Amino acid sequence: MEDYLRQYGLLFLFTGVAIGIPASMLLVSRMAQLARMRPHKPSPVKAQLYECGMETIGGRWNQFNIRYYFYALLFLVFDVEAVFLYPWAVHFKKLGLFALVEMFVFLAILVIGFVYAWRKRALEWR
Amino acid sequence: MAAALVISALGLLGLVAFITALVAGGLAALAAVGGLLAMFVFLAAVVLSLVWLERKYLGRLQMRMGPMRVGPFGLLQPVADAAKLVLKEDVTPAWVDRWLFWTAPLLLFLPSYLLWVAVPFGPGLVLRDLDLGLLYIVALSVVGIVGILMAGWGSANKYGMLGSLRSAAQLVSYEVPVIIVALTVAMMAGSLNLSQIVEAQRPVPYAVVQPLALFLFLLAGLAEVGRTPFDIYHAESEVMGGPYVEYSGAHWAVFYLAEYVNTFLVAVMVTLLFLGGWKGPGLPPVLWFLLKAYLVVGFIFWFRGTFPRLRIDQLMALGWKALVPLSFVNLVLTSIYLFYGWPWWGMSLISLAILAALGYGIHRQAAARKPAITLVPAVEVRSAR
Amino acid sequence: MTPSLIALAFLAALALGGGLGVVISRNVVYAALFLLVSLGAVAGLYLLLLTEFLALVQVLIYGGAVVIVIVFALMLTRLQDFAKTRDHHQWPLGLAAALAVLGLLAATFVVFQPAVHPLQSTGIQELGNELFVRWALPFEIASLVLLVALIGALIISRADRGE
Repeated sequence: MEDYLRQYGLLFLFTGVAIGIPASMLLVSRMAQLARMRPHKPSPVKAQLYECGMETIGGRWNQFNIRYYFYALLFLVFDVEAVFLYPWAVHFKKLGLFALVEMFVFLAILVIGFVYAWRKRALEWR
Repeated sequence: MAAALVISALGLLGLVAFITALVAGGLAALAAVGGLLAMFVFLAAVVLSLVWLERKYLGRLQMRMGPMRVGPFGLLQPVADAAKLVLKEDVTPAWVDRWLFWTAPLLLFLPSYLLWVAVPFGPGLVLRDLDLGLLYIVALSVVGIVGILMAGWGSANKYGMLGSLRSAAQLVSYEVPVIIVALTVAMMAGSLNLSQIVEAQRPVPYAVVQPLALFLFLLAGLAEVGRTPFDIYHAESEVMGGPYVEYSGAHWAVFYLAEYVNTFLVAVMVTLLFLGGWKGPGLPPVLWFLLKAYLVVGFIFWFRGTFPRLRIDQLMALGWKALVPLSFVNLVLTSIYLFYGWPWWGMSLISLAILAALGYGIHRQAAARKPAITLVPAVEVRSAR
Repeated sequence: MTPSLIALAFLAALALGGGLGVVISRNVVYAALFLLVSLGAVAGLYLLLLTEFLALVQVLIYGGAVVIVIVFALMLTRLQDFAKTRDHHQWPLGLAAALAVLGLLAATFVVFQPAVHPLQSTGIQELGNELFVRWALPFEIASLVLLVALIGALIISRADRGE
């Protein structure tokens, strides 16, 4: 238990310092502004959103393509599949032929789904 | 500036935790802290060297000299860049979401730094030799993707959001081949511990046993970092810089830093998983490690100078229709090869055969296309007049 | 006050606080971020239970894929239509339900006095053994569930195009 905590406890320290680095960069920048080394001249034009130098048209959101959502879901499915693959992969020789065939069946079922998605032209962009 | 205050408070908290652990832990904590500091200094030095190296390398590839003015051979150029970015005005639009805007760079940055805890630089030279090191690195890279989504959202700019959606789609699509190929390497080594994976690469490194896996990993890793030819989502001439469009100065420096750290990570992973890490005759292991890592970085920069950018639809097609099926085929072949105990050169032959078939297929496709424009030499045109 | 107890208290507070943040916050994107914090804290709790693999899988799947899917879903909806949604008049009912569940769990612990076993770590090898030998059939069914999810995702993303 102590060993474990030592292994991962370092992460906590590391997180603190890893937050500190960009935070300190931003702070230095802010302090440079206060020290008059960095300009701070807000103007109404600068406060607008960037749209290739034109006036901003339309509101903040559009109806984005649902294709993005499909890719995220596809990733979720393959991610879960990979999670099942990891314990198998590391010691699969000891698990024998039964586990090998079992895993191939698992992969085959997902390949069917993948091929179906391919044939239905869902893997193409738009 | 409440968000800024909270973030600096967090940093301060981190520092306090740091110091208490130091005081409470005694010698062991001192060693841990020393290791942490060494890691940070090392990564900072690496990023500086990569910035300089890339500009010089790309310059030479493009028949020019690269930075020459700041310091001898432009060596101080990265320092000048950093100073410039910090001193730039913070131009943010009026209605950004302050909390998201300020925390998104952190969310992107944190996993990039956290995963270096598990990376070994030499035999025993690792901060924490995690038994599940490979899985740890993969898991943290996925969390980084959420940071990019938040960055685009926080910008309140519809092009920023579009850019971040696209970039998340790209990153998520190419994460699948990375996970599967990493899995394949773990299968061959019989462990997820990075030091053991390096040690298991005898008699030949896995690049020789599975060149196909190396190819897949390099390509997918490049797409993960967002480097040419896959950098459409944040290139300046495309979608106006993507999710980073509203970030200026110091904020953008954080993203830039994360990108270089990630590039080095991909190079280090290729070195560890495929090139045999620190193994090599003669020189000390750390030197071999760095040499190999910088060699891969050189390749990555070479790709940037050579290839044009892929369009987003070409990119996604390449990811899902080429890399994912190939990585699964590779997985199945590797499992059969390992299970039945074939010799390692059998696997390399199969791997090379698949690569050759790929190359041939690409060549056939490219040769079948007629060029859209036929170039006429200028001399002929003039004489025709 | 062992270090593991302190870690448990901290992680539990983070998980509960994150969950509370998800429910309370008015901005859905903040809610997604709070969810990330809460799920990360659960991963830490798995670490305290000495299952390193589950902790990393929790970060990978929940902290990664699931949060990404949720944020994508948020970004794809027309949020300006729902920004003013207020269902805060339901909060007494929600609070009552949460307290009832808490009471039920506490009562179960008090009445049944579950035995305290010493912690033993579950490595990836034992997990593999159990999963592929004893639970082989549920494992294959899990792949069928994933297939159904894949096809469902396909149908959702095509329905919008009117095909």
